[in-house]
Amino acid sequence: MGSYIPSTDEQKREMLEKAGYSCFDDLYHDVPEELKLHGELNLESGKSELEVRKIMKNLSNENTVYSSIFRGAGAYCHYIPSIVKSVVTKEEFVTAYTPYQAEISQGVLQSIFEYQTMICELTGMDVSNASVYDGAVAAAEAVSMCITPKKKKVYVSKGVHPDTMKVVKTYSWAYGNEVIELGLKDGLTDAEGISEDAACIVLQQPNYYGLIEDVHALAAKAHEKGIQVILSMNPFAMCLLPSPAEYGADIAVGEGQPLGMPLSYGGPYLGFMATTQKLMRKLPGRIVGETVDHDGRKAYVLTLQAREQHIRREKASSNICSNEALCALTASVYLAAMGPEGMKEAAVQCYSKAHYLASELEKAGFGRIYQGDFFHEFVTACDDPEALNEKLAVKGILGGMPVEGGILWCCTELNSKEEIDTLVQEVSK
Amino acid sequence: MKTPVELKYSKTHEWVRFISDTEAEVGLTDYAQNALGDLVFVNLPEVDAEAVKEETICDVESVKAVSDVYAPVNGTVSEVNEELLDAPEKINSDPYGAWLFRLTDVSDCDDLLDADAYAAFCESEEN
Amino acid sequence: MKTLFERSVKGRHCSILPACDVPVVKPAEAREKALHLPELSETDISRHYTELAKQTFGVNDGFYPLGSCTMKYNPKVNEDAAALEGFTAIHPTQKDAQGCLKLLSMMEKDLSEITGMDEFTFNPAAGAHGELTGLMLIKRYHELHGTPERNKIIVPDSAHGTNPASSSMCGFTVINIPSSEDGCVDLEELRKAVGDDTAGLMLTNPNTLGIFDKNIKAITDIVHEAGGLCYYDGANLNAIMGIARPGDMGFDCIHLNLHKSFSTPHGGGGPGSGPVGCKSFLANYLPGERITVKDGVYAWSERGSESIGKVRGFHGNFLVVVKAFTYLLTLGKEGVPEVAKNAVLNANYLKHLLEDTYDVAKPGTCMHEFVLTLENLKKETGVSAMDVAKALQDYGIHPPTMYFPLNVHEALMVEPTETESKETLDQAAAAFLDIYKTIQENPESLHETPHNSPIGRPDEVNAARHPKLRYHFDD
Repeated sequence: MGSYIPSTDEQKREMLEKAGYSCFDDLYHDVPEELKLHGELNLESGKSELEVRKIMKNLSNENTVYSSIFRGAGAYCHYIPSIVKSVVTKEEFVTAYTPYQAEISQGVLQSIFEYQTMICELTGMDVSNASVYDGAVAAAEAVSMCITPKKKKVYVSKGVHPDTMKVVKTYSWAYGNEVIELGLKDGLTDAEGISEDAACIVLQQPNYYGLIEDVHALAAKAHEKGIQVILSMNPFAMCLLPSPAEYGADIAVGEGQPLGMPLSYGGPYLGFMATTQKLMRKLPGRIVGETVDHDGRKAYVLTLQAREQHIRREKASSNICSNEALCALTASVYLAAMGPEGMKEAAVQCYSKAHYLASELEKAGFGRIYQGDFFHEFVTACDDPEALNEKLAVKGILGGMPVEGGILWCCTELNSKEEIDTLVQEVSK
Repeated sequence: MKTPVELKYSKTHEWVRFISDTEAEVGLTDYAQNALGDLVFVNLPEVDAEAVKEETICDVESVKAVSDVYAPVNGTVSEVNEELLDAPEKINSDPYGAWLFRLTDVSDCDDLLDADAYAAFCESEEN
Repeated sequence: MKTLFERSVKGRHCSILPACDVPVVKPAEAREKALHLPELSETDISRHYTELAKQTFGVNDGFYPLGSCTMKYNPKVNEDAAALEGFTAIHPTQKDAQGCLKLLSMMEKDLSEITGMDEFTFNPAAGAHGELTGLMLIKRYHELHGTPERNKIIVPDSAHGTNPASSSMCGFTVINIPSSEDGCVDLEELRKAVGDDTAGLMLTNPNTLGIFDKNIKAITDIVHEAGGLCYYDGANLNAIMGIARPGDMGFDCIHLNLHKSFSTPHGGGGPGSGPVGCKSFLANYLPGERITVKDGVYAWSERGSESIGKVRGFHGNFLVVVKAFTYLLTLGKEGVPEVAKNAVLNANYLKHLLEDTYDVAKPGTCMHEFVLTLENLKKETGVSAMDVAKALQDYGIHPPTMYFPLNVHEALMVEPTETESKETLDQAAAAFLDIYKTIQENPESLHETPHNSPIGRPDEVNAARHPKLRYHFDD
């Protein structure tokens, strides 16, 4: 049996005795006998570290690790600089609790303050929180910011990630909001659908099919009707396309996973949220602010806490407590390592490589099914995506995501021209 | 603790300054601000909101607490003191100058306390 | 300390990417405002974060008796397992992920066994997220059983703030019921509170005073008889895992905090993982897909139209589950109850060392944590729970949870966990007693603590009145 209990049997006896107990069972005298487990748990016996390592290694070996990935669909494979892992595995950051005790948590607090600043810079918004669970939840939490007792309708474009749609619907069902799905025309959100009075609209840029939406026009139409705009945007797209603020978003959200987090079968990821000064007090979750200590030294603290559940309780608009602090740190280190030029370069490479792949695939007979320009993902026709992917898997390639009407391909800076050419050769066979 | 004689008070520690028979200004008393400590934000009601006597109309925040503000009378919110959004500390430094909101169509104000009665009430609260 | 932005030097950078090897093209519309990110060398970044790490207190920096947070040691082998490429490089939509599915399936079985539930979902990403999910199950249940008018959730006043907040997010009205003296549920109050409008009850047992509510079966019976369901907040499971099961106490659904009882690290505020378990009659409502196995092959399958949908994208915080699973492999059936027993022993031992000096909110045997009340001390000396908490920092101890639960004045909630040694507990007790001595001699000096940290007490009023929430560039 493995154990992390340092006390020896003799020490345990000594402690029991000092505290006035003769055995462990005495400690549980408040637990009624009929509720106690009288047999063993139906689990395996505990194991040594050496055995555990082998079991875990073997389990991980049952997964296929692809040497080349051409799939995004909400989880993106980017190069992760070595400095990122080095920083985010530092024990202090990994094992600390939420920084409620500011005096001994300046490190975590400052890192969150820096994260908030970088998210504001990327999105162009005024205020960022310290993160939420993932991009889909960020969108759902943003909807909650806009709902009022009088306005409980929410437009959600069918161009958002299917999981974002599901999560927004689930949260909305629970709270009693009405979700109106906004249809697509040629793969793009149909502005004609925005006809009623609503609290907000949720858009995604680029959308799930990789297409670059005319967010300017959609936002203008929404604002005309007094509808607040929630824009979920890929962080790399923000480096190349107009920022959410430039598009007119009231709340910018998104999935921060591309900023240094591995695919990890879906998590932990990072939901980022930023908004205008006007909506600052409606932002859920933790927020770090700069202040001074009693000697006038610069100090960081968790602030605006009266918004939050531990103070406002049933009147809080969100229940979020633990967030994704270590993932926010990951994003900060990643952005610091890439710098403004590195981020722009990566974004340009994503865009250029995806366009190269699209033109090569077209030559191979896989034409795009939507006409509009795209960022780093696009849909081509494909009769049998599953069969195609099985064929590619043999070559160590993870093919695109099967979607309605075809297959959704993705390229990032990680896909070399050679890899792309190999992919095209394989699909042509 | 100050309790200006020209004002009326509620047992939930709001003061009322009548501008006319049907118009009034509402704020938090000196006793209230002292008990709440340093205020950091005020969530003001919306203009046109209906004030229902003894029901929550807005709230004020200190660093570690949120406290409800109750409507001391019935009425309709006609104006809110937006100056307090940037300077909530005014409630602490000048509680009777820092009005929160103004009401029109004021009614049901007969049982408000006068200054002496309110001061006595606060004293009984202390004990 | 300088921020990353103040360290930035124009033109400085790390060498990360090769040149683009395909023709460069750009979209028609472009960002207008320049992208202002720090420009740094790798040395700058490395030193910056090493400095920040030095100003961060983790479990490895010292005793961390933060009540209700279960800050136990985070085993390294868990981290190694979660860092395996066979887990980190797996795309959430790829089909050939038998290892991931098998792991989740085994974890579901283990957690069901430990809690007495029938099925689990790993979709929720944290404890509060799990609570929300559990309440959604209750909402769905009433919706599908013709009782949608049941919209009240009963929550004891000693509950975590997330309980009422989660209820509100679910459209429920919260009925707060006062606890009895010992923080346990007052059965009379509960009987008065239940009725035709009761959707359910949220409870944590042991409660936030660290007391096991021995009436638990009566409590869940009262709620069930009234037509409501019972939700178990798993925040305090560390005290009873392997000893008693929420499922046997009459609870219908539950969330667990893998980042508490199951040893995964807190990361300075996440990522956590909040799996939700339930009895079979609620299982079709769970979010996300169900893991099924046929002829040894694992797969995701839809739960059907009764499912509440999804509360997070993909499958939840998978790598956190990997760490918790590794932990359970290590402990096994023998180790799980040992954790609980020793967590309870450590709490009672430390309480014993302190109770002659400090007032304990509820005397008698505690579970994994206990609450001190400094109400009298404050009246006598002016020294508050906050002062004592800050003073502990100077002894290299992370303060206990302060001012919680709300029904205890000047509360300090102490949870030592099972991974601390007798020596550590003895030293911690000595620190508490030393502080008490200082309070008697010079109470004023306590208001100035801590003395040895990078900053003194911050001006939180200023921070909230004049929020400065980002760094502002000069240009």
